[in-house]
Amino acid sequence: MKQVFKRPESMTAKPFHFCPGCHHGIVHRLVAEALDHFSLREKTIGVASVGCSVFLYDYFAVDVIESPHGRAAAVAAGTKRVLNDRIVFTYQGDGDLAAIGTAEVIHAANRGDNITIIFVNNSIYGMTGGQMAPTTLLGQRSTTSPYGRDCNRDGYPIKMAEMLAALEGPSLVSRVAVNTPGNVKKARKVIRQAFQMQIEGKGFSFVEVLSTCPTNWGMTPQAANDRIAEEMIPYFPLGTLKQKDVVDVL
Amino acid sequence: MARVDIEIERCKGCALCVDACPEQVLKIGKEINLSGYQYVIVANPDDCTGCCRCAEMCPDVALAVWR
Amino acid sequence: MSSPKKVFIKGNEAIAMAAINAGCHYYFGYPITPQNEIPEYMAKHLPATGGEFLQAESEIASINMLIGAAATGVRVMTSSSGPGISLMQEGFSYFAGNELPAVVVNISRQGPGLGGINATQGDYFQSVKGGGHGDYKLIVLAPHTGQELYDLTIKAFELAEKYRILTLILGDAILGQIKEPIVPWIPEKTAGDPDRDWLITGAKGREPRLIKSLFLADGEMEKHCWHLQEKYELIERDDVMLEEVDTDDADLIVVAFGSVARIVKSAISQVRKAGMKVGLVRPITLFPFPRKRLQEIGGRTKRFLVAEMNTGQMVEDVQLNLPGDCEVEFYGRPGGSVPTPEDLFEIISATYEKL
Repeated sequence: MKQVFKRPESMTAKPFHFCPGCHHGIVHRLVAEALDHFSLREKTIGVASVGCSVFLYDYFAVDVIESPHGRAAAVAAGTKRVLNDRIVFTYQGDGDLAAIGTAEVIHAANRGDNITIIFVNNSIYGMTGGQMAPTTLLGQRSTTSPYGRDCNRDGYPIKMAEMLAALEGPSLVSRVAVNTPGNVKKARKVIRQAFQMQIEGKGFSFVEVLSTCPTNWGMTPQAANDRIAEEMIPYFPLGTLKQKDVVDVL
Repeated sequence: MARVDIEIERCKGCALCVDACPEQVLKIGKEINLSGYQYVIVANPDDCTGCCRCAEMCPDVALAVWR
Repeated sequence: MSSPKKVFIKGNEAIAMAAINAGCHYYFGYPITPQNEIPEYMAKHLPATGGEFLQAESEIASINMLIGAAATGVRVMTSSSGPGISLMQEGFSYFAGNELPAVVVNISRQGPGLGGINATQGDYFQSVKGGGHGDYKLIVLAPHTGQELYDLTIKAFELAEKYRILTLILGDAILGQIKEPIVPWIPEKTAGDPDRDWLITGAKGREPRLIKSLFLADGEMEKHCWHLQEKYELIERDDVMLEEVDTDDADLIVVAFGSVARIVKSAISQVRKAGMKVGLVRPITLFPFPRKRLQEIGGRTKRFLVAEMNTGQMVEDVQLNLPGDCEVEFYGRPGGSVPTPEDLFEIISATYEKL
């Protein structure tokens, strides 16, 4: 017998602080696995953002810069401009990237900055206690949309992957989910592709990962996983929306 | 012949692994770990095929699989 | 003997030229009047150095790009004017908490609000009292001539590196726009030590490093704040700068910085010719403020006149740091109005008469 599943080298041994069933743990693992796959650990610089993933630096055995809320794409752009042979990635939630950070991510994408952005979309604000996010679905209740998101007051949930895919700059824009083992495997492949784009200097790569927030959705972890399939994927379709020079990754 | 190992102190009892396993190898046990979570146990070890679905779904990287 | 080579350039260009000569090869900034010559000069000249100029999408993006670049240890700079500096305040707070070095230039314009593009000194509070959140300070340098803009830019990079602190050069529209002959000397030091133990470069052959300002454990943040305070005390001990003109026998001392100090210098030479014993104290570091020296001077001279292009900002620090028996008068011109030497001659004379 040999070990066929273990914690990646690029991940530290520290147990996660996330809530039971939170997908951050899965996504952190997939990113760490990608770093292992391409042997990137020693040349990677992570840019941590603000939200439940603020402690990213506790879990990745790489150099990390903490960014102000929303600004990770700009911080990463600055680092990459100086150290363009290092791998630079950001990891941002839906508040950090789709609310306060929209300008920074759009312009990093538009410039084609050769960085990789992992966008965790769980349609709610986790760390701050369950407020509405730009990606909260119509009718979805949150602490700041107690009657459900109303398109007249709050507009429609924002589709970041579609918006960014419309720009020239990005080399890869894809949306994945990690609510089933099958989807986790597909997400693994896409996240690897994203880092491969950066390795090959093809420019800005972006992976939106539909995720759960069982605590703030008021659901059990499994019910939350079901919500991804039943409510989120129909609105935020999975798939690769843009890819320059198709790369096949093992 | 395959095996899944559980790092008890990392487990939060979310049960995603229990639902993911196609062979009903895992279930939430009655004991709690130091954090107070009822952790998952290997209820039917002989049925494990080493498919890794449990480990893929575990948000706490608490499972290791041998095959 | 040949005189050193001089160039006839705008203050803004002098700053940019000095930065490049000081080894700053990374600039991220956003256009705003009256400082656009700085990004324009950088756009033109940085590529040849192998560095990078990037026009960011906003001042917010600029200061955050600076965080990312500064963490790698290279010399970095941005520039703006009041409204843009307002946007950068959160970034400044992060620079302080992270203890990262960088140089930021504020070519002040009228405020508050959209204001205008003429010179004021209305950003003194913003610069010195911290516009960002938390217990922090920046080193603030106030040049008053084109040559000093050049010299202090070079000094700013040294101080920023020496203390791992953000150093702000506080200029204004006049200083940025006037053309003067300057000597563009090259400093010896043009980079920081590449072996500093906090540089973010990728954890090859060493433990991973972290640049952060989040401290949640009991007492951790208090410790960090006092550590920063100790640093500021060291800067005050070793790197205060000021200029004194004719203070030894002065019965009245004018306190002014930047452009106003320059205009005051013209006025004082006339005032002295008229027989009045007036001197000038020109703080060059606005933080750390030259309070020790001011205390000493206030032991002998008891009358002070603070002249600023605002409604009264530095005057508070002057009042705070003089012995109790000193009297401080204030002459202010906010909103883009610039006093002439004649205006100052009249005010100084009137104040002197009251002694």
